[in-house]
Amino acid sequence: MRFVDEFRDADKAHALAARIAALCEPGRQYKLMEVCGGHTHTIYKHGLEDYLPESITLVHGPGCPVCVIPMGRVDDAIHLASQPDVIMTSFGDMMRVPGSNGAFFDANARGTSIKMVYSPLDSLKIAKANPDKRVVFMAIGFETTAPSTAMTVLRARAQGTANFSVFCNHVTIIPAIKAILDSPDLRLDGFIGPGHVSTIIGCRPYEFIARSYGKPVVVAGFEPLDILQSIYMLMLQLREGRSEVENQYSRVVPWNGNPVALKAIGETMELRPYFEWRGLGFISHSALKMRESYADFDAELQFDVPGVRVADPKACQCGEVLKGVLKPWECKVFGTACTPETPIGTCMVSPEGACAAYYNYGRLNRQRVPEAISIEPSRP
Amino acid sequence: MTNPRVLPTAGREQQVLDRIERARRRRPKLREERITMSHGAGGKATHTLIEAIFLDAFRNPLLEPLEDAARLQVGAASLALTTDSFVVSPLFFPGGNIGDLAVNGTVNDLAVAGATPLYLSAGFILEEGFPVADLTRIAESMRDAAAAAGVAVVTGDTKVVQRGKADGCYISTAGVGALTAGVDLGVANARPGDAILVSGPIGDHGVTIMLARGELDIEADVESDTASLADLVAGLLAAVPGVRALRDATRGGVATILNEIAKAADVGVLITEDAIPVRDQVRGAAELLGIDPLYVACEGRLVAVVAGDQADDALAALRANPLGAQAAIVGEVTAEPVGLVTIKTTFGGTRIVDLLVGDPLPRIC
Repeated sequence: MRFVDEFRDADKAHALAARIAALCEPGRQYKLMEVCGGHTHTIYKHGLEDYLPESITLVHGPGCPVCVIPMGRVDDAIHLASQPDVIMTSFGDMMRVPGSNGAFFDANARGTSIKMVYSPLDSLKIAKANPDKRVVFMAIGFETTAPSTAMTVLRARAQGTANFSVFCNHVTIIPAIKAILDSPDLRLDGFIGPGHVSTIIGCRPYEFIARSYGKPVVVAGFEPLDILQSIYMLMLQLREGRSEVENQYSRVVPWNGNPVALKAIGETMELRPYFEWRGLGFISHSALKMRESYADFDAELQFDVPGVRVADPKACQCGEVLKGVLKPWECKVFGTACTPETPIGTCMVSPEGACAAYYNYGRLNRQRVPEAISIEPSRP
Repeated sequence: MTNPRVLPTAGREQQVLDRIERARRRRPKLREERITMSHGAGGKATHTLIEAIFLDAFRNPLLEPLEDAARLQVGAASLALTTDSFVVSPLFFPGGNIGDLAVNGTVNDLAVAGATPLYLSAGFILEEGFPVADLTRIAESMRDAAAAAGVAVVTGDTKVVQRGKADGCYISTAGVGALTAGVDLGVANARPGDAILVSGPIGDHGVTIMLARGELDIEADVESDTASLADLVAGLLAAVPGVRALRDATRGGVATILNEIAKAADVGVLITEDAIPVRDQVRGAAELLGIDPLYVACEGRLVAVVAGDQADDALAALRANPLGAQAAIVGEVTAEPVGLVTIKTTFGGTRIVDLLVGDPLPRIC
């Protein structure tokens, strides 16, 4: 299949593995964080760690939109969906995210109507087809999905769809990365930058990471060779003592982002003063809400939203996993009490969640390719 | 300089993995208070429901293997009995409709049990207002599918429910087939060294249904593979004495069957991504939707476990039938890791292929 198979070529992967291994300095351990859950998914799905030497550890970052939604917001959404004549729509990933009294699937079993959509625009179709219902789109995601929510709201206003609103849970990636950089319990050597988010915001917003924190960033694509090449680029920077922002995903990511998409977000949404992230706590200016001029499309104003804060289950260590402090398997409940079928934490829900990816794909002894082993520095 | 953490970390990880395997072997507990869509998806939630509710209530030695068909001894006759319900939406789709699906689904459950399908029953639940013309089309498709499979529909039932209490038409079929003495094709028979084959491109049916719903604005030239496997199975069994197990890959796809093999036979299953036949249209649509063709439903494909030294014979026997023209050897049964399915990816890495938790796509059959 064109445009896919080229990026999964095993021969090229072997060649890259050898070059990466050759860049490792003897005795040094490297921790690289892939910020985006899409990368985590690719890494596990294709068995990419088989190509890396033991001295490189990939740390899974907070860029999984579903994983960072706190339980209270799930409860709020179910409360909204329980109002008379409400149809709620959301992305499929959200359906299994546990609130304090079950997930959307369970709410539907109790009588709510929460439908899965592939695009927020589908919510508008549902709204037009059901004029006697009120359709609420549970919007989640980073800057990647915020433009499609914004465009949907703009279209709803243009065509006068009054029975549609947005329960906005969009978050922004930069404050989350900053929170991780400022976290005292973590030492990272570099970042595999989020590719999809960067199609919207571009590469400039990451410059502070290279400049102020001295960590290299390589914005990466989502095919396995993309990620392997990005790791090579990061290792080369580290070897040469550079810390810069580089763009491996230049076939898709413009350096300055997508001005049309940014304008649509800016037109309809503004930063919240603060927002709670699952496991990371409250982070200031880290999420979006509808602008006052679009109040008629803001479900938080159109409905009475309880806004109850629900503490994470005690056993859940999603926060540590999201910050990369713990590997998924190091969490106390991983794989026993917390599994994809009965998730306690959000990281076990989405296929992009580090725990779900590890549980579904990675529970086996790594069989590293010879290239990743042969140039391993010998240990005395 | 030695890093003292490296080895202990690997050791601790293995301990955790062992603990998880133990947890996975425990009898699953049904925690939900109500039925959710996951319980019908054919993955872990369905297995849990069946074991916690149905197996618990009906427990008997004939049911316990949880195979697609029960094996019965009635007087001198050895029979296979199976039943299946169909709620597919939409009712009509490229390559078939709920009618031929309902016949082929039950015929195939008998065929892969090694039985010669003979007689079917058909129960209809119809919604008030359902067009008679549609019901006629469905019945005619069932007639044609039954004729093609060499079975007769010999008894049936009809119920009508008020408008809004069902979605057009649901069909439930049961089937009886004659078992050949000594033939046991249960997945527990798989042994290390066996080869694993699939009879053709996977995922056609699921992707067809997904696109036929028209919700995705994706078009692709693909149609359901719904077909009777009776001839294909008969040809395979006649040519290859070393066929150990057969399953038809329906809801949950080939990945689900492979997991059933690994768990029932206490073996590992290793497959090669490159070897698995998938049409480009199906791969493309699956890639766009973020789903794995290994989990997408088929309605006319089987997975065969065959003694390793007879793999080529089995491949030739499958390919001799038009339905098996694109059959392929996709992997092997291994001694380790017990209970797990692993895949060598095209990219050259390895990963687990686990049971799906919930199907993103309800009402596929």
